[in-house]
Amino acid sequence: MQQIINFIIRNKSFLFYLLLFSIAFVFTIQSHSYHKSKFINSANSLSGGIYSSVNNVNEYIHLRAQNELLQEENNQLRSVLFNQKDSLQTTFTDSTYSGISYKFSPAIVIKNSYSLSNNMLLLNKGKRDSIQQDFGVISSKGIVGIVDNTSKKYATVISILNTTSRISAQLKKSNHFGSLIWNGKSPHIVQLTEIQKIAPIQKGDTIITSGRSAIFPKNIPVGTVESYHLDASENYYTMQVRLFTDMTSLEHVYIIENKDVEEINALLNNPHE
Amino acid sequence: MNSIVLTHSFRFIILALLQVLVLSHINFLGYINPYLYILFILLFPLKNNRIIFLFLSFLLGLTIDMFLDSGGVHAAASVTIAYIRPFILKFSFGAVYDHQTMKFSNVEFGSKLTYITILTVVHHFVLFSLEIFNFYEIILILKNTLFSSIFTIILCILTTIIFNRRK
Repeated sequence: MQQIINFIIRNKSFLFYLLLFSIAFVFTIQSHSYHKSKFINSANSLSGGIYSSVNNVNEYIHLRAQNELLQEENNQLRSVLFNQKDSLQTTFTDSTYSGISYKFSPAIVIKNSYSLSNNMLLLNKGKRDSIQQDFGVISSKGIVGIVDNTSKKYATVISILNTTSRISAQLKKSNHFGSLIWNGKSPHIVQLTEIQKIAPIQKGDTIITSGRSAIFPKNIPVGTVESYHLDASENYYTMQVRLFTDMTSLEHVYIIENKDVEEINALLNNPHE
Repeated sequence: MNSIVLTHSFRFIILALLQVLVLSHINFLGYINPYLYILFILLFPLKNNRIIFLFLSFLLGLTIDMFLDSGGVHAAASVTIAYIRPFILKFSFGAVYDHQTMKFSNVEFGSKLTYITILTVVHHFVLFSLEIFNFYEIILILKNTLFSSIFTIILCILTTIIFNRRK
């Protein structure tokens, strides 16, 4: 017993180091698995508050570019409004958009990152604005990510530029679908995998969300096919997809709430009831 | 004694804020960022309680992690270099360190460079290994470590020179 205590006292700094390193390691593992980073995230009043006050200043620098983006979107919406006959042909409209099953709320990105391998965003909306985990986030151009943690006033978002994110997406012209992942290299290119070999693909084809996951409605634009090749088993295509959204300059985004998500999940989990 | 505590608390806050608000958003050539906050660990007083030193380094890393949403990678890397610091001190400064008379402001530039370089490279290697967390991407880990280390070392040296002159 005496020896054990002596051993602990002699090596106390090494043991303390091991303890702290293991705590950090557990946090790291948690951050690498989807929806697990509960304890250490920026959606708290300290980091959220600091980021939002700094962002108040930063906003002015990008005011012109963001105004142009918003004006472009306004223009698009206006053209849809006045040409309702053509509305089915444009990328941005579908009956699900105006349907009551999805609720949109605007938010501002107060912290963005795109150079790490697991990128997260921070938004200025939280539980107070009834934002919850697993809500989708899009910009005026296309898909952005999925809400991860929320605090009273802030929400963290798993960006599509995150190696743990998997989002269901499909070809616009046929209904072949696969999962959208990111290999951690370029912030403008993501990968679409598991597309059936028989799918007709050409460079420049548009990729949209598939609406199979209850997070995103169908028809949200993702990007265009840059290149494609068969994977090792030669049964599925893997494509490089160039994103419509410029993930390096995000400011105004929309959070999508699916009103039917509980009903859908209940049905999926208990198919026999 | 009190002024030392005050200086280092102040340095802790300033370096953490500088890191999360400015330096982590530089993204030079797309992915290269300096991690200047390790200067707090590098310049921590030599006569210290090791447990407190380890804990403070952990806390600093965790603060950075909280802001950058990176799990615990900065905490793990910081606590690692805090633990190995006495060995690296002995290795780079040798006899001067053994006599306990050393001050960072009046040591040889060469040994100081060795000291900063070793700790920075170790820190960045642990950091990127844990962040990328994939053995098959070892080339990417080494590439990130190399370029970010160069950036960090230059900034560390410049900062120490500038703040020494002022005193």
